Amino acid sequence: MAGSLAAAEQEARSAPRTLFDRLWDSHVIVERPSGDALLWIDRHLVHEGSFHAFAQLAARDGVVAEPGLTFGVADHYVPTRDRDHIANPEIARMIDDLEANTTRHGIELFGMKDPRQGIVHVVGPEQGLTLPGLTMVCGDSHTSTHGAFGAYAFGIGASEVAHVLMTQTLWQKKPKRMRISVDGRPAPGVGAKDFILAIIARIGADGARGHAVEYAGSAVRDLPMAGRMTMCNMSIEAGARCGLIAPDETTFRWIEGRPFAPKGDELARAIEDWRALKSDSDAEFDREIRLDAATIAPVVTWGTSPEDALPIDSAVPDPSREIDEARAATIRAALDYMGLRAGQRLSDIAIDRVFIGSCTNSRIEDLRAAASVLAGRKAAVPGLVSPGSALVKQQAEEEGLDRIFRSAGLDWVEAGCSMCVGMNGDSVPAGERCASTTNRNFRGRQGPGSRTHLMSPAMVAAAAIAGRLVDVRPLLEGRS
Amino acid sequence: MKPLRIVSGPACPLGLANVDTDQLIPARFMKRPRSEGYGGFLLHDLRRDEAGAERPDFPLNRAGWREAGILVARRNFGSGSSREAAVYALADHAIRVVLAPTFGDIFASNAVKNGLLPGVLDDADIEDLLAAVQATPDLQVTVDLEALDVRWGNRSAALTVDAVWREQLLNGWDDIDVTRSFAAQIADHAAADDRRRPWARPARS
Repeated sequence: MAGSLAAAEQEARSAPRTLFDRLWDSHVIVERPSGDALLWIDRHLVHEGSFHAFAQLAARDGVVAEPGLTFGVADHYVPTRDRDHIANPEIARMIDDLEANTTRHGIELFGMKDPRQGIVHVVGPEQGLTLPGLTMVCGDSHTSTHGAFGAYAFGIGASEVAHVLMTQTLWQKKPKRMRISVDGRPAPGVGAKDFILAIIARIGADGARGHAVEYAGSAVRDLPMAGRMTMCNMSIEAGARCGLIAPDETTFRWIEGRPFAPKGDELARAIEDWRALKSDSDAEFDREIRLDAATIAPVVTWGTSPEDALPIDSAVPDPSREIDEARAATIRAALDYMGLRAGQRLSDIAIDRVFIGSCTNSRIEDLRAAASVLAGRKAAVPGLVSPGSALVKQQAEEEGLDRIFRSAGLDWVEAGCSMCVGMNGDSVPAGERCASTTNRNFRGRQGPGSRTHLMSPAMVAAAAIAGRLVDVRPLLEGRS
Repeated sequence: MKPLRIVSGPACPLGLANVDTDQLIPARFMKRPRSEGYGGFLLHDLRRDEAGAERPDFPLNRAGWREAGILVARRNFGSGSSREAAVYALADHAIRVVLAPTFGDIFASNAVKNGLLPGVLDDADIEDLLAAVQATPDLQVTVDLEALDVRWGNRSAALTVDAVWREQLLNGWDDIDVTRSFAAQIADHAAADDRRRPWARPARS
């Protein structure tokens, strides 16, 4: 008791802190005069791409320091159909290697045929591995997703994966602090994906570089966990080191009962600690951005960077009206790659296929949003729906969502990264245009020569019906 | 890791903004073992046409720039995915320095761990350097990590590099060896943490 009182006094005397400061401070093991700190890592997730890191470990005859804090998930290369017959031997080897490496080092694996398999950033929260107050890393830039729970979660490269495996720590330089507030009530049909695309369009694909971004404001607090994860997921598309949202009752309710989450008295104790995970009202941020949710329309991307995002009721930019010559050249190159005309209405862009899935938008809420638009309607183009995990798939089937997608003419397949990154064989053919719920519209991201337009699940569903980019809002009239 | 102090020679003007890691190495090549060498995959789909033939107008395909150890690009180089393979592709192509006004954070960190310098010049200096190299393709450019500057012709520009990264690159230090020297502090932290946050470890039934 005396200890906690002393701690409370010290807390009261110390300077106001942000949520990020609290997470950082509680994980520092040592600080170096040069300005970086050695941080304790609470959770580490590995996928098939970790083979480079395990090779580094083997080259040093290293051992895994804390095998109980690392979990493996097969997602990047897993086929979404016919998993008993993997035709490509290189893909089969990637999946086998993950199994061999995790088995050798005593790491629990959600492998390809595990009933809990799915996309690493869907499985972590679903299994209760993701908790407020943790540091979490994974060799994947979209690890920022887990910040939706008030965790400090960030993507790392293979050398850092090897470092975490061998030491359960990482050297990090403390990022600057940014707060992005979205207040007010969005229009029906507008949600988390539109918020984050509008933010990236406003601050740029490197606008949050070097920063830990805390999302705040009433429109963020009103989001369910799925929407919060969508926003934090795409923090990296603004260049942020991580995205964060202060945990609240919505978070605590979501966590309760998850397999690896604390239970009973331990959960009560945890929630007590988690309630302190917020920014002080007088805490200072290095940068503040504010948006009004009521002014945000459904957003789509037109170019080859996530910052190339505009409201659906606008037109493709005209490089001849751009003063900055380097920017004009970038726009021209993007229009050329995307096969678009300067000044073309976004709603005049015809598409060839759709994809609903990825760590950004494959949760049950995302599938419900798409299904509510597609129910009783037919898609004009082919498309793929890949749920975020086997458990999401099961729930969707219990709710009958799979029947809605199938009767609209879309394919309903197994869980994985699939057509977001095109590693498993699901790809968009060269020259084809895809309306996609994913996170990156980079050149060739969905396959060599593919053209990607990013948008929300509801907007992808609307595009599937219209065969072109279109405002979903009229299609929602009279529907819940 | 090989120390890096001064790199001198021709510089390849890439001149693009937002060169993401999917451009640096397309995902389909990342299944290969590193021992096969990743240099041939560098910027593969920008560098080659659909049939796999080199595009003659792409800077990295021009004689002189093909062998350059320095690459010059516009803002947000290495944005996107955390794939360290993007750095392997550059390093295996014998590139030791990328100069740009800004870098993706994860890319920059991966670069340093592989002895590749992500050197920051301000926007105006990058534009001057791009113009100078385009005007004189065999221009000798010197990147001096010790003096923290970049020199070409009679010009000199301030080079910005994080202090920790500079020290690591200059000495060729490896993180894991440094970390292991803190083993006692790590163990103390973990033990105290288990008491302070009993809920932090995964619950297993």
